[in-house]
Amino acid sequence: MNLLSFFNRRTSAPVARERLQILLAHERGIVGGKPDLVAQLREEILAVVRRHVMVEQDNVQVKMNRDSDISTLEIEIEIPAPAAVSA
Amino acid sequence: MAKVLVVTSGKGGVGKTTSSAALGAALAHGGEKVVVIDFDVGLRNLDLVMGAERRVVFDLINVVQGDAKLNQALIRDKRLENLSLLPASQTRDKDALTEEGVERVLNELREKFDWIICDSPAGIERGATMAMRHADVAVVVTNPEVSSVRDSDRIIGLLDSKTEKAEKGERIEKHLLLTRYDPVRAERGEMLKVDDVLEILSIPLIGIIPESEEVLRASNVGSPVTLNNPASAPGRAYFDAVRRLKGETVELTIPTDRKGLFGKLFGRRAA
Repeated sequence: MNLLSFFNRRTSAPVARERLQILLAHERGIVGGKPDLVAQLREEILAVVRRHVMVEQDNVQVKMNRDSDISTLEIEIEIPAPAAVSA
Repeated sequence: MAKVLVVTSGKGGVGKTTSSAALGAALAHGGEKVVVIDFDVGLRNLDLVMGAERRVVFDLINVVQGDAKLNQALIRDKRLENLSLLPASQTRDKDALTEEGVERVLNELREKFDWIICDSPAGIERGATMAMRHADVAVVVTNPEVSSVRDSDRIIGLLDSKTEKAEKGERIEKHLLLTRYDPVRAERGEMLKVDDVLEILSIPLIGIIPESEEVLRASNVGSPVTLNNPASAPGRAYFDAVRRLKGETVELTIPTDRKGLFGKLFGRRAA
């Protein structure tokens, strides 16, 4: 064990506290005003996209990161080219 | 060929999730492709122990019910690229786990991974029976404590009767993982000894994980103990257990945390 890891070790409880606070704020709906807002946004955005184009589930990649200050929702949708649609 | 391994115990709080994460990470560290599945629907925690709680998008129930594809629900570990997590649902009911659905998901996972580790919930109800149902190998996590040993005995009975292998008349490979073991107290006669537990349960021992501060420290920061501190006593004990799981013969020792002067002075205040 080196000196750095020794000092890092001492910080584990505050890390636990912070992780729990962020997680529970999302689960309780404190962030965004409702439980898991990000998940709801994901569903609604996908529904809107599907209204306009046929998207295979395989061609959708969703990434989320719930944080204290900002959360990110990353949706990557492969939309087939018009030629491929008409063919 | 892929192996489905269930980590089970009957009793709660003995270290199933800690062990699932630690074994999974140790296997992945050795180059195996590993997925760890949380079967504790409604009370998921594997995501938290593995530090992926902020990144959960879809879960096992979504995949079982066809609402999401497997590769959309799998969360790849940020430290080990060949380690993935399939989280449980936090909001759904465990009855949503259908036997056919779970089997389909496991078959799909068998094609992508070398090891599929099913982290069972406590108890003997649906989540637990689904987690063990299709297993090839079982790791029974037991504390050297009377209620845990009794519950393990019950679980061993279920493994021998309610699993797919058992119903086909085949034998499911069972291993005992003794956790939170304190050799000093056992020596003093204050705790069941390894041999006591082995004699009562009579299944082969895969490892002894000593009681250690490192386990709490690892879960605090969301990192399996085998990644957070592989050189620690529990870290080494889990790595040894993994070698035995892979069929190696490893001499059975109980690793200890040797503290340096610094650790001796300040160790008790850490964590």
